[in-house]
Amino acid sequence: MSEAYFRVESGALGPEENFLSLDDILMSHEKLPVRTETALPRLGAFFLERSAGAETDNAVPQGLALLPRLECSGVIWLTAALTSQAQVIVTPQPPMWLGLQGSKLELPLWLAKGLFDNKRRILSVELPKIYQEGWRTVFSADANVVDLHKMGPHFYGFGSQLLHFDSPENADISQSLLQTFIGRFRRIMDSSQNAYNEDTSALVGRLDEMERGLFQTGQKGLNDFQCWEKGQASQITASNLVQNYKKRKFTDMED
Amino acid sequence: MFCEKAMELIRELHRAPEGQLPAFNEDGLRQVLEEMKALYEQNQSDVNEAKSGGRSDLIPTIKFRHCSLLRNRRCTVAYLYDRLLRIRALRWEYGSILPNALRFHMSAEEMEWFNNYKRSLATYMRSLGGDEGLDITQDVKPPKSLYIEVCISF
Repeated sequence: MSEAYFRVESGALGPEENFLSLDDILMSHEKLPVRTETALPRLGAFFLERSAGAETDNAVPQGLALLPRLECSGVIWLTAALTSQAQVIVTPQPPMWLGLQGSKLELPLWLAKGLFDNKRRILSVELPKIYQEGWRTVFSADANVVDLHKMGPHFYGFGSQLLHFDSPENADISQSLLQTFIGRFRRIMDSSQNAYNEDTSALVGRLDEMERGLFQTGQKGLNDFQCWEKGQASQITASNLVQNYKKRKFTDMED
Repeated sequence: MFCEKAMELIRELHRAPEGQLPAFNEDGLRQVLEEMKALYEQNQSDVNEAKSGGRSDLIPTIKFRHCSLLRNRRCTVAYLYDRLLRIRALRWEYGSILPNALRFHMSAEEMEWFNNYKRSLATYMRSLGGDEGLDITQDVKPPKSLYIEVCISF
Protein backbone atom coordinates (compact mmCIF):
# COMPACT_ATOMS: atom_id res chain seq x y z
CA MET A 1 0.00 0.00 0.00
CA SER A 2 2.80 2.31 0.85
CA GLU A 3 4.12 2.03 -2.66
CA ALA A 4 1.04 3.20 -4.48
CA TYR A 5 -0.11 5.72 -1.87
CA PHE A 6 1.45 9.11 -2.51
CA ARG A 7 0.32 11.40 0.22
CA VAL A 8 0.55 15.16 -0.05
CA GLU A 9 3.93 16.20 1.33
CA SER A 10 4.41 18.86 3.94
CA GLY A 11 5.32 22.28 2.64
CA ALA A 12 5.96 23.76 6.06
CA LEU A 13 9.68 24.12 5.54
CA GLY A 14 9.08 26.24 2.47
CA PRO A 15 7.31 29.55 2.11
CA GLU A 16 3.79 28.19 2.50
CA GLU A 17 2.12 25.13 3.93
CA ASN A 18 0.47 22.76 1.51
CA PHE A 19 -3.28 23.15 1.74
CA LEU A 20 -4.02 19.46 1.45
CA SER A 21 -1.16 18.09 3.51
CA LEU A 22 -2.29 16.27 6.65
CA ASP A 23 1.11 16.89 8.25
CA ASP A 24 0.79 20.62 7.72
CA ILE A 25 -2.71 20.64 9.16
CA LEU A 26 -1.48 18.88 12.27
CA MET A 27 1.48 21.19 12.49
CA SER A 28 -0.58 24.36 12.23
CA HIS A 29 -2.81 23.16 15.04
CA GLU A 30 -0.07 23.72 17.57
CA LYS A 31 -0.48 26.72 19.80
CA LEU A 32 1.59 29.82 20.24
CA PRO A 33 1.34 32.65 22.76
CA VAL A 34 -0.44 35.72 21.52
CA ARG A 35 -1.49 39.10 22.86
CA THR A 36 -4.82 40.55 21.86
CA GLU A 37 -4.73 44.19 20.77
CA THR A 38 -8.47 44.62 20.66
CA ALA A 39 -11.43 43.00 22.34
CA LEU A 40 -13.27 40.24 20.56
CA PRO A 41 -16.91 40.47 21.56
CA ARG A 42 -19.27 37.53 21.63
CA LEU A 43 -16.57 34.92 21.70
CA GLY A 44 -16.04 34.63 25.42
CA ALA A 45 -17.86 31.34 25.70
CA PHE A 46 -15.23 29.54 23.69
CA PHE A 47 -12.21 30.45 25.67
CA LEU A 48 -12.98 28.83 28.95
CA GLU A 49 -9.65 27.11 29.33
CA ARG A 50 -7.93 30.09 27.84
CA SER A 51 -4.35 29.29 28.26
CA ALA A 52 -3.10 26.04 29.63
CA GLY A 53 0.45 27.28 29.81
CA ALA A 54 0.68 30.90 28.87
CA GLU A 55 1.23 33.49 31.53
CA THR A 56 -1.76 35.64 32.22
CA ASP A 57 -1.32 39.04 33.80
CA ASN A 58 -2.90 39.10 37.17
CA ALA A 59 -5.18 41.81 35.90
CA VAL A 60 -6.95 39.66 33.35
CA PRO A 61 -9.21 37.47 35.50
CA GLN A 62 -10.08 40.36 37.74
CA GLY A 63 -10.76 42.60 34.79
CA LEU A 64 -13.11 40.09 33.30
CA ALA A 65 -14.94 39.55 36.54
CA LEU A 66 -15.47 43.28 37.00
CA LEU A 67 -16.87 43.94 33.56
CA PRO A 68 -20.58 44.63 33.66
CA ARG A 69 -22.49 41.90 31.93
CA LEU A 70 -23.28 43.96 28.87
CA GLU A 71 -23.64 41.24 26.32
CA CYS A 72 -25.34 38.93 28.75
CA SER A 73 -28.31 37.88 26.69
CA GLY A 74 -26.19 37.74 23.54
CA VAL A 75 -23.75 35.29 24.98
CA ILE A 76 -26.37 33.11 26.56
CA TRP A 77 -28.26 32.93 23.29
CA LEU A 78 -25.05 32.15 21.52
CA THR A 79 -24.23 29.45 23.99
CA ALA A 80 -27.66 27.87 23.68
CA ALA A 81 -27.67 28.04 19.91
CA LEU A 82 -24.28 26.46 19.65
CA THR A 83 -25.05 23.89 22.28
CA SER A 84 -27.98 22.67 20.28
CA GLN A 85 -26.30 22.84 16.91
CA ALA A 86 -22.73 21.95 17.55
CA GLN A 87 -23.05 20.13 20.84
CA VAL A 88 -20.50 22.24 22.60
CA ILE A 89 -20.32 21.67 26.31
CA VAL A 90 -20.12 24.96 28.13
CA THR A 91 -19.57 25.52 31.83
CA PRO A 92 -22.11 27.75 33.58
CA GLN A 93 -20.19 31.02 33.88
CA PRO A 94 -18.56 32.05 30.62
CA PRO A 95 -16.56 35.27 30.57
CA MET A 96 -18.30 37.90 28.53
CA TRP A 97 -15.69 39.49 26.36
CA LEU A 98 -12.75 37.73 24.97
CA GLY A 99 -9.80 39.64 26.15
CA LEU A 100 -9.44 43.13 27.27
CA GLN A 101 -6.71 44.73 25.32
CA GLY A 102 -3.45 43.11 26.17
CA SER A 103 -4.67 39.79 27.48
CA LYS A 104 -2.45 36.86 26.73
CA LEU A 105 -3.77 33.74 25.10
CA GLU A 106 -2.60 30.66 23.34
CA LEU A 107 -4.04 30.28 19.91
CA PRO A 108 -3.38 27.67 17.26
CA LEU A 109 -1.06 28.73 14.46
CA TRP A 110 -3.80 28.72 11.81
CA LEU A 111 -5.84 31.17 13.81
CA ALA A 112 -2.90 33.38 14.64
CA LYS A 113 -1.94 33.50 10.97
CA GLY A 114 -5.48 34.35 9.95
CA LEU A 115 -5.93 37.16 12.43
CA PHE A 116 -2.46 38.62 12.09
CA ASP A 117 -1.76 41.58 9.88
CA ASN A 118 1.13 43.99 9.50
CA LYS A 119 -0.42 46.70 11.59
CA ARG A 120 -1.14 44.29 14.44
CA ARG A 121 -4.69 45.49 14.79
CA ILE A 122 -6.16 42.36 16.29
CA LEU A 123 -3.28 40.56 17.85
CA SER A 124 0.46 40.54 18.20
CA VAL A 125 2.42 37.35 18.35
CA GLU A 126 5.06 36.39 20.86
CA LEU A 127 7.64 33.75 20.20
CA PRO A 128 7.27 30.46 22.03
CA LYS A 129 10.09 29.78 24.46
CA ILE A 130 11.99 27.31 22.37
CA TYR A 131 12.50 29.84 19.61
CA GLN A 132 13.75 32.51 21.95
CA GLU A 133 17.24 33.57 22.91
CA GLY A 134 17.66 31.20 25.83
CA TRP A 135 16.88 28.01 23.98
CA ARG A 136 18.71 29.18 20.90
CA THR A 137 21.87 29.26 23.00
CA VAL A 138 21.18 25.74 24.19
CA PHE A 139 20.79 24.57 20.61
CA SER A 140 23.99 26.20 19.55
CA ALA A 141 25.84 24.59 22.42
CA ASP A 142 24.77 21.06 21.63
CA ALA A 143 21.75 20.33 19.50
CA ASN A 144 21.85 16.58 19.98
CA VAL A 145 20.80 16.41 23.59
CA VAL A 146 17.49 18.19 23.19
CA ASP A 147 14.27 16.22 23.11
CA LEU A 148 12.65 17.87 20.13
CA HIS A 149 9.61 15.67 20.30
CA LYS A 150 8.71 17.10 23.66
CA MET A 151 9.38 20.65 22.56
CA GLY A 152 6.45 20.59 20.18
CA PRO A 153 6.66 17.67 17.78
CA HIS A 154 6.86 19.97 14.75
CA PHE A 155 9.86 22.03 15.71
CA TYR A 156 11.22 22.80 12.25
CA GLY A 157 7.93 23.21 10.43
CA PHE A 158 6.38 25.37 13.09
CA GLY A 159 9.53 27.44 13.42
CA SER A 160 9.64 28.02 9.69
CA GLN A 161 6.03 29.16 9.62
CA LEU A 162 6.67 31.44 12.59
CA LEU A 163 8.84 33.54 10.35
CA HIS A 164 5.64 34.87 8.79
CA PHE A 165 5.01 36.99 11.84
CA ASP A 166 7.79 39.45 11.10
CA SER A 167 9.49 39.27 14.42
CA PRO A 168 12.74 41.24 14.69
CA GLU A 169 14.44 37.98 15.66
CA ASN A 170 13.57 36.23 12.40
CA ALA A 171 17.13 36.10 11.13
CA ASP A 172 18.34 34.53 14.36
CA ILE A 173 15.48 32.06 14.43
CA SER A 174 16.12 30.85 10.92
CA GLN A 175 19.82 30.52 11.60
CA SER A 176 19.10 28.61 14.75
CA LEU A 177 16.72 26.21 12.97
CA LEU A 178 19.28 25.53 10.31
CA GLN A 179 22.18 25.02 12.69
CA THR A 180 20.12 22.77 14.94
CA PHE A 181 19.26 20.56 12.03
CA ILE A 182 22.86 20.45 10.85
CA GLY A 183 23.93 19.47 14.32
CA ARG A 184 21.45 16.63 14.60
CA PHE A 185 21.47 15.33 11.08
CA ARG A 186 24.56 13.20 11.32
CA ARG A 187 23.26 11.17 14.19
CA ILE A 188 19.91 10.59 12.50
CA MET A 189 21.55 9.43 9.32
CA ASP A 190 23.94 7.09 11.10
CA SER A 191 21.31 5.56 13.31
CA SER A 192 18.81 5.05 10.50
CA GLN A 193 21.39 3.35 8.31
CA ASN A 194 22.61 0.99 10.98
CA ALA A 195 19.57 -0.10 12.90
CA TYR A 196 18.41 -3.17 11.00
CA ASN A 197 15.54 -5.22 12.39
CA GLU A 198 15.73 -3.74 15.84
CA ASP A 199 13.54 -1.72 18.10
CA THR A 200 14.20 1.88 17.16
CA SER A 201 12.01 3.57 19.72
CA ALA A 202 15.01 4.77 21.72
CA LEU A 203 16.49 6.32 18.61
CA VAL A 204 13.39 8.15 17.39
CA GLY A 205 12.07 9.13 20.79
CA ARG A 206 13.79 12.50 20.81
CA LEU A 207 13.25 13.40 17.18
CA ASP A 208 10.65 15.77 15.87
CA GLU A 209 8.23 14.78 13.13
CA MET A 210 10.34 15.92 10.21
CA GLU A 211 13.37 14.07 11.56
CA ARG A 212 11.26 10.97 12.08
CA GLY A 213 10.22 11.12 8.45
CA LEU A 214 13.89 11.25 7.49
CA PHE A 215 14.65 8.36 9.79
CA GLN A 216 11.92 6.26 8.22
CA THR A 217 13.16 7.03 4.74
CA GLY A 218 16.61 5.92 5.82
CA GLN A 219 15.22 2.74 7.31
CA LYS A 220 13.29 1.99 4.16
CA GLY A 221 16.46 2.42 2.12
CA LEU A 222 18.30 0.10 4.45
CA ASN A 223 15.58 -2.54 4.32
CA ASP A 224 15.37 -2.40 0.55
CA PHE A 225 19.10 -2.81 0.29
CA GLN A 226 19.14 -5.80 2.62
CA CYS A 227 16.29 -7.26 0.65
CA TRP A 228 18.26 -6.90 -2.54
CA GLU A 229 21.35 -8.40 -0.99
CA LYS A 230 19.40 -11.47 0.01
CA GLY A 231 18.07 -11.81 -3.49
CA GLN A 232 14.52 -11.18 -2.42
CA ALA A 233 14.13 -8.17 -4.64
CA SER A 234 13.00 -10.17 -7.65
CA GLN A 235 10.75 -12.52 -5.73
CA ILE A 236 7.08 -11.91 -5.82
CA THR A 237 5.75 -11.14 -2.37
CA ALA A 238 2.30 -10.11 -1.28
CA SER A 239 2.06 -6.37 -0.89
CA ASN A 240 1.89 -5.02 2.62
CA LEU A 241 -1.62 -3.86 2.11
CA VAL A 242 -2.94 -7.24 1.16
CA GLN A 243 -1.26 -8.80 4.13
CA ASN A 244 -2.81 -6.28 6.43
CA TYR A 245 -6.34 -6.94 5.34
CA LYS A 246 -7.93 -10.34 5.78
CA LYS A 247 -7.61 -12.60 2.80
CA ARG A 248 -10.59 -12.34 0.55
CA LYS A 249 -12.60 -15.50 0.17
CA PHE A 250 -13.52 -16.88 -3.21
CA THR A 251 -17.18 -17.15 -2.29
CA ASP A 252 -17.36 -13.45 -1.47
CA MET A 253 -16.17 -12.23 -4.80
CA GLU A 254 -18.78 -10.41 -6.81
CA ASP A 255 -18.51 -8.83 -10.22
CA MET B 1 -12.23 26.26 20.38
CA PHE B 2 -13.63 25.70 16.94
CA CYS B 3 -12.60 23.04 14.46
CA GLU B 4 -11.94 20.35 17.04
CA LYS B 5 -14.14 17.84 15.24
CA ALA B 6 -12.38 18.54 11.97
CA MET B 7 -9.04 17.90 13.66
CA GLU B 8 -10.35 14.59 14.92
CA LEU B 9 -11.03 13.54 11.35
CA ILE B 10 -7.53 14.48 10.32
CA ARG B 11 -5.95 12.67 13.26
CA GLU B 12 -7.97 9.55 12.53
CA LEU B 13 -6.59 9.49 9.03
CA HIS B 14 -3.07 10.30 10.13
CA ARG B 15 -3.13 7.47 12.65
CA ALA B 16 -4.04 4.79 10.11
CA PRO B 17 -0.79 2.96 9.42
CA GLU B 18 0.81 3.72 6.07
CA GLY B 19 -2.00 4.18 3.64
CA GLN B 20 -4.76 2.01 5.06
CA LEU B 21 -8.28 3.22 4.64
CA PRO B 22 -10.26 3.65 7.87
CA ALA B 23 -14.06 3.66 7.83
CA PHE B 24 -15.71 6.74 6.43
CA ASN B 25 -16.57 8.99 9.32
CA GLU B 26 -19.91 10.24 8.10
CA ASP B 27 -20.98 11.38 11.52
CA GLY B 28 -17.86 13.45 12.07
CA LEU B 29 -18.18 15.07 8.69
CA ARG B 30 -21.78 15.96 9.36
CA GLN B 31 -20.82 17.61 12.64
CA VAL B 32 -18.14 19.67 10.94
CA LEU B 33 -20.61 20.85 8.33
CA GLU B 34 -23.09 21.78 11.04
CA GLU B 35 -20.45 23.78 12.84
CA MET B 36 -19.66 25.57 9.61
CA LYS B 37 -23.33 26.35 9.10
CA ALA B 38 -23.64 27.78 12.61
CA LEU B 39 -20.50 29.90 12.18
CA TYR B 40 -21.71 31.18 8.84
CA GLU B 41 -25.10 32.20 10.17
CA GLN B 42 -23.60 34.01 13.14
CA ASN B 43 -21.25 35.83 10.83
CA GLN B 44 -24.11 36.80 8.55
CA SER B 45 -26.03 38.39 11.37
CA ASP B 46 -22.93 40.10 12.76
CA VAL B 47 -22.03 41.49 9.36
CA ASN B 48 -25.50 42.96 9.01
CA GLU B 49 -25.23 44.46 12.45
CA ALA B 50 -21.80 45.85 11.73
CA LYS B 51 -22.95 47.47 8.52
CA SER B 52 -26.30 48.85 9.59
CA GLY B 53 -25.69 49.33 13.30
CA GLY B 54 -22.21 50.74 12.78
CA ARG B 55 -20.62 48.26 15.14
CA SER B 56 -17.19 48.03 13.66
CA ASP B 57 -15.88 46.40 16.82
CA LEU B 58 -17.49 43.18 15.64
CA ILE B 59 -15.12 42.95 12.72
CA PRO B 60 -12.37 41.05 14.57
CA THR B 61 -15.00 38.56 15.71
CA ILE B 62 -16.23 38.14 12.16
CA LYS B 63 -12.68 37.60 11.01
CA PHE B 64 -12.20 35.02 13.74
CA ARG B 65 -15.21 33.02 12.64
CA HIS B 66 -14.17 33.36 9.04
CA CYS B 67 -10.78 31.86 9.86
CA SER B 68 -12.55 28.96 11.56
CA LEU B 69 -14.73 28.43 8.50
CA LEU B 70 -11.68 28.37 6.25
CA ARG B 71 -9.98 25.96 8.58
CA ASN B 72 -12.95 23.61 8.65
CA ARG B 73 -13.07 23.72 4.90
CA ARG B 74 -9.39 22.93 4.64
CA CYS B 75 -9.71 19.98 6.99
CA THR B 76 -12.70 18.47 5.21
CA VAL B 77 -11.18 18.86 1.76
CA ALA B 78 -7.86 17.40 2.91
CA TYR B 79 -9.69 14.53 4.60
CA LEU B 80 -11.68 13.65 1.50
CA TYR B 81 -8.71 14.09 -0.81
CA ASP B 82 -6.40 11.92 1.24
CA ARG B 83 -9.02 9.18 1.30
CA LEU B 84 -9.23 9.33 -2.48
CA LEU B 85 -5.46 8.94 -2.70
CA ARG B 86 -5.71 5.85 -0.55
CA ILE B 87 -8.57 4.44 -2.61
CA ARG B 88 -6.61 5.03 -5.78
CA ALA B 89 -3.69 3.13 -4.29
CA LEU B 90 -6.08 0.25 -3.62
CA ARG B 91 -6.70 -0.17 -7.33
CA TRP B 92 -2.99 -0.45 -8.00
CA GLU B 93 -2.06 -2.68 -5.13
CA TYR B 94 -5.13 -4.76 -4.60
CA GLY B 95 -6.69 -5.08 -8.02
CA SER B 96 -10.04 -4.20 -9.35
CA ILE B 97 -12.18 -6.26 -7.00
CA LEU B 98 -12.07 -5.11 -3.43
CA PRO B 99 -12.93 -7.27 -0.42
CA ASN B 100 -16.19 -6.48 1.29
CA ALA B 101 -14.47 -5.28 4.41
CA LEU B 102 -12.87 -2.51 2.41
CA ARG B 103 -15.99 -1.65 0.55
CA PHE B 104 -17.84 -0.99 3.78
CA HIS B 105 -15.20 1.54 4.68
CA MET B 106 -16.02 3.68 1.67
CA SER B 107 -18.91 6.03 1.24
CA ALA B 108 -21.21 5.71 -1.76
CA GLU B 109 -19.54 8.62 -3.52
CA GLU B 110 -16.11 7.13 -2.95
CA MET B 111 -17.31 3.84 -4.40
CA GLU B 112 -18.56 5.70 -7.44
CA TRP B 113 -15.23 7.48 -7.78
CA PHE B 114 -13.45 4.15 -7.54
CA ASN B 115 -15.59 2.67 -10.29
CA ASN B 116 -14.98 5.65 -12.52
CA TYR B 117 -11.28 5.45 -11.89
CA LYS B 118 -11.26 1.74 -12.67
CA ARG B 119 -13.10 2.42 -15.88
CA SER B 120 -10.71 5.18 -16.97
CA LEU B 121 -7.73 3.01 -16.19
CA ALA B 122 -9.20 0.05 -18.07
CA THR B 123 -9.99 2.22 -21.09
CA TYR B 124 -6.46 3.52 -21.10
CA MET B 125 -4.94 0.09 -20.74
CA ARG B 126 -7.04 -1.24 -23.59
CA SER B 127 -5.76 1.50 -25.84
CA LEU B 128 -2.17 0.39 -25.42
CA GLY B 129 -0.41 -2.59 -26.95
CA GLY B 130 -2.50 -3.32 -30.03
CA ASP B 131 -5.61 -5.51 -29.87
CA GLU B 132 -5.37 -6.95 -26.44
CA GLY B 133 -4.34 -3.98 -24.44
CA LEU B 134 -1.64 -3.98 -21.78
CA ASP B 135 -2.14 -4.49 -18.09
CA ILE B 136 0.15 -1.89 -16.62
CA THR B 137 -0.75 -2.70 -13.06
CA GLN B 138 1.34 -5.83 -13.30
CA ASP B 139 5.11 -5.71 -13.32
CA VAL B 140 5.39 -2.26 -11.85
CA LYS B 141 9.08 -2.65 -11.17
CA PRO B 142 11.75 -2.64 -13.89
CA PRO B 143 13.26 -6.01 -14.84
CA LYS B 144 16.27 -7.25 -12.94
CA SER B 145 18.27 -8.46 -15.88
CA LEU B 146 19.61 -6.34 -18.68
CA TYR B 147 18.65 -8.69 -21.52
CA ILE B 148 15.37 -10.44 -22.12
CA GLU B 149 14.47 -13.26 -24.42
CA VAL B 150 11.99 -12.36 -27.07
CA CYS B 151 9.88 -14.85 -28.94
CA ILE B 152 9.18 -13.93 -32.55
CA SER B 153 6.46 -15.60 -34.52
CA PHE B 154 6.45 -15.41 -38.31
